[in-house]
This record gives sequence, C-alpha cells and structure tokens, in this order.
Amino acid sequence: MTSPAPIPDPREVPRPDPAAAPALSIDGVSHAYGARRALIDVSFNVQPASFTALLGLNGAGKSTLFSLVTRLFGIQSGRVGIFGHDISKSPGEALRLLGVVFQPRTLDLDLSLTQNLLYHAALHGISRREAAARSAELLGRIGLADRAGSKVRDLSGGQMRRLEIARALLHRPRLLLLDEPTVGLDVKARADIIGQVRQLVTEQGIGVLWATHLFDEIMPSDDLVVLHQGKVLARGPMSRVITEAGAQDVNTAFMRLTGAHTMPGGGA
Amino acid sequence: MSSITTREAPRGFSAAEYMTCITGIVWREGLRFLHQRERFVSALVRPLVWLFIFAAGFRQVLGISIIPPYETYILYEVYIAPGLMAMIQLFNGMQSSLSMVYDREMGNMRTLLVSPLPRGFLLFCKLLAGTAVSLLQVYAFLLIAWFWDITPPSSGYLTVLPALILSGLMLGSLGMLISSGIKQLENFAGVMNFVIFPMFFASSALYPLWRVQEGSPYLYYLCEANPFTHTVELMRFALYGQINWISLAVVAACTIVFMIGAIWAYDPSRGLARRGPAGGEG
Repeated sequence: MTSPAPIPDPREVPRPDPAAAPALSIDGVSHAYGARRALIDVSFNVQPASFTALLGLNGAGKSTLFSLVTRLFGIQSGRVGIFGHDISKSPGEALRLLGVVFQPRTLDLDLSLTQNLLYHAALHGISRREAAARSAELLGRIGLADRAGSKVRDLSGGQMRRLEIARALLHRPRLLLLDEPTVGLDVKARADIIGQVRQLVTEQGIGVLWATHLFDEIMPSDDLVVLHQGKVLARGPMSRVITEAGAQDVNTAFMRLTGAHTMPGGGA
Repeated sequence: MSSITTREAPRGFSAAEYMTCITGIVWREGLRFLHQRERFVSALVRPLVWLFIFAAGFRQVLGISIIPPYETYILYEVYIAPGLMAMIQLFNGMQSSLSMVYDREMGNMRTLLVSPLPRGFLLFCKLLAGTAVSLLQVYAFLLIAWFWDITPPSSGYLTVLPALILSGLMLGSLGMLISSGIKQLENFAGVMNFVIFPMFFASSALYPLWRVQEGSPYLYYLCEANPFTHTVELMRFALYGQINWISLAVVAACTIVFMIGAIWAYDPSRGLARRGPAGGEG
C-alpha cells in the first residue's frame, strides 16, 4: 500500500487510515435458516476507498450476507461493524453510513425520479430543501437531469440502476453495498455502472462491496472475497488470491478453490 | 481479522429529522394512492353498494328501535353508515398489509427498513400514512352519503376524526401484524375469508347487537368480543358528539397490542429472520 501523498488533495479525498476502523468488518458471522446453514464463520473487511468484490455462485450466501449487513435479518452469531458501529448495538449510526443497492429493483415505478429520491432522503431525515438540491445534483451526475419529472416506469433497466445508485448516495454514505447490480443489463449499461462505481472509490474515497458472479467485473487491483457454500474460501488482493490458488487468472483460481468444473460464458 | 476498534461518537437523530421522515412517508403513501385511482374508486364503490343497494333492500326487513346514540327513529341507512366507514378502514388496513407483502416481495420494504431511524418509528409512520389515506376515503364517503340523507350533526364530522384516527391505527396495525405472517401475495384471499368477512359480519356494523342476541346468545358474545364492533361503536357515538367509553378502551387497548405485535414481528432478529431469504437469493 502506498502512503498518502504529502500534497493536500484539492478534492479532500479521505484516505484509508490503518488505525481507523474498516468501512465494513464482518467478524465470524454465521447464519442458518432452520437447519440449513447459509453462512459459516464468515470474516473479512472492506477498507475505505477500496473496491472489494464478493465473488460467489448463486446460493453462495451473498444475499444473506447483504441482508445481515443491512439489518433486514438479525445477527445470529458473529459481529458486523460499519466504521466501527456495531450493526446490532447501534444500527442507526451504522445504517447512516451505509448506502445499498439491492439486487431486486426497489424503486416506486409510478413516482417520478425526483419523487423517488425525495422519499429516500426523507427516510434519512434530510430536509426537503437540502434533499431537492442533492437530488438535482445527483441526477445531473448520472445524466438523467432532463428526466427528473418522468415516471421511473419509463426508464430503461440501466437507467433505473443508475438511479438506484444515485439514491443510495443521497445521504452521502461512506460504504456502498451493491448486490449483483449489473444482472440483466446490456454490455454498455454494465460498463457505465461499473465505471461510475469505480469513480466513487477513487474520487470520493467510498468503500465498495460489490457482489457478483461475473469475473470480468473484477480488476487486478481489487480486493477479492471468494464465498462458496456459505464459507470464505479466499480473501485478499486479487493477484494474491490467484497466486495462492496456483492459477493464472481469476477464473481458474475460482474453479480450483471451489472445485467447480463448468464455467459457461466466463461467469461463475 | 481485526475487530471493531475505533468508532465515531454517535450523534443520534434530531426531532426535525423524525418529522422529515414522518412527512416523507405520509407524502409518498399519498402520492401512491393518488396514482392508484382504481383503488380510490373501489374503496368508495364498495361501501356505496352496501348503502345504495343492500341498505335500501334491507330496511324493510329490519326495524331499528331507538338506541343510543340516536334520539329518534332512524333509517337503516343511517344505522349502517358508521359500519361502512369502519369497513372502509378495515379494507384499507388490510390493503396496506397487502401492499407491504407486495413491497417485501418487490423489495420496496427494504428501502424503508434500511433507513437509520428506529424501525418501530418507521413502522409507526407507515401506519400513520395508511390511516391518512383511509381518512380521505372515509370523508369522501361521508360527502356522498350526505346527499343520500345521512346527515349527522355538522360538528360530528369533526368529533369523529379522533375516532377515525384511532381505529385507522388499530386496523392498520392489525393488517401489519397479519402481513408479517404472510409469505406470499396470494394468501391475501385467505385474509379476506378469515379476517375481513368474519370481522365485518360478526359485528354491530350491519345490525344492532340486541337483534343478534335474540337470535343467538353465543353469536352475541362473539360480536361483543370482536374489536371491530367497538371500532364501529366508537365511530357511531363520535359522529353524534358522544364517547362510548367501553369501545374507546377496547379500541385503544387493541391498537397498542396490535402495534406492539407488528413492531415485534418486524424486528430483524425475530419475524423477518425466520422466513429465510427474502427474494433475491439465487
């Protein structure tokens, strides 16, 4: 890891401070639905200003993990912390720092783009005037300013996703969770969204946890967590995970780690 | 793995933030309601069918004696008006519960529940929003009913408001409690059969309970124990500027019990967690 540049950054990018709490810390988390164990002793961290890819097949436990971090489910064992705030003990402080894009779309289709954003802002207690200003700014940034008054129903899949990301950023979180956000999108929309999120990491220092089963969304500089059947099989910088698995690329590494044999279409 | 070491001091939430949240949730519920015109129309048509057709046909069969709060002989239409107002709220409460099941399936519920404000408060806002929507429906009904010669004292329109808010909260939290136990949308038909119809028919909405007592004492006790009966009676008395204390006590107690139950059921470590992954899990 390189040390922060001595020159003051004009954009005031928050740099990761090793002494500070990680953006997200998952510590020995297990979760079971009755007899079925969905997560088994899962531990990993997401650092501020980093892009961490959570790689796993469908059913690996990614969505369960997201439900625990967002407090939709209670923690059965282990601990989840967001910038040091325990999600079970001080959920308000933890959730305030968290933005999330769920896999199923969660927009009000009959409301306008702005109305959707204002509703979200209200849920975070952001005053109407402030919310209106932030909404306009974010809509401009995702290139949908001219659609502010249209119904969400009329947007394309990619536009809806961009709107959901904008909504997740409205309360200025420092950790962003995205659960397979590019599923069902075309190549261009996927590239747009990945680019947009990576920009958040580099320019705004947001910590990102990106769940996916698509290898081509991960870059060598990313941190990688391989989740399989509820267990973390590997974690660390992508290059190290590949080397330790004795593989040349992430695809082969994933196959070696999980013992999976068929990899249709470059995805897991 | 490094555990939680340092953290920022919690800053809590100000009263202004709570107020913004309440207004935001009520505002969104109102917008959604306005966009669903069919819902408004059907919410109005249902009681009007009862009023225009059922009551007109039934009034020859059923004589109403003078019972409090009425001071004169009244038409059957006048008698069932409070029952129909309560029916509007009953349907609205259950419909909100339907929309919560829908929201949960579609994931909209998640956006609400990941708000950093306390979850009990969020659910209370949701109930308040549902109640506000039911008030619109009830007053629209009362307006139409006025042309049908259902003319309570004009102050009654005001005095019935607190009763409507309380009963709206009670029926809404009952719906919420039920919705927490429903896994899928299709089960709403079951709610109709097992909740709405029995509650409505085994109450004083359509017939005074002394009539029921003549027919079957057991049914009478059942009706007396039905919280919906007390919702109806609370409204009936309030519409004439009076308070039915027993009904008020029952409705208030039920509201508290149902609301605590609903908030308990939506607690992450209990209700939702038992059901397994809520959509999106492959």
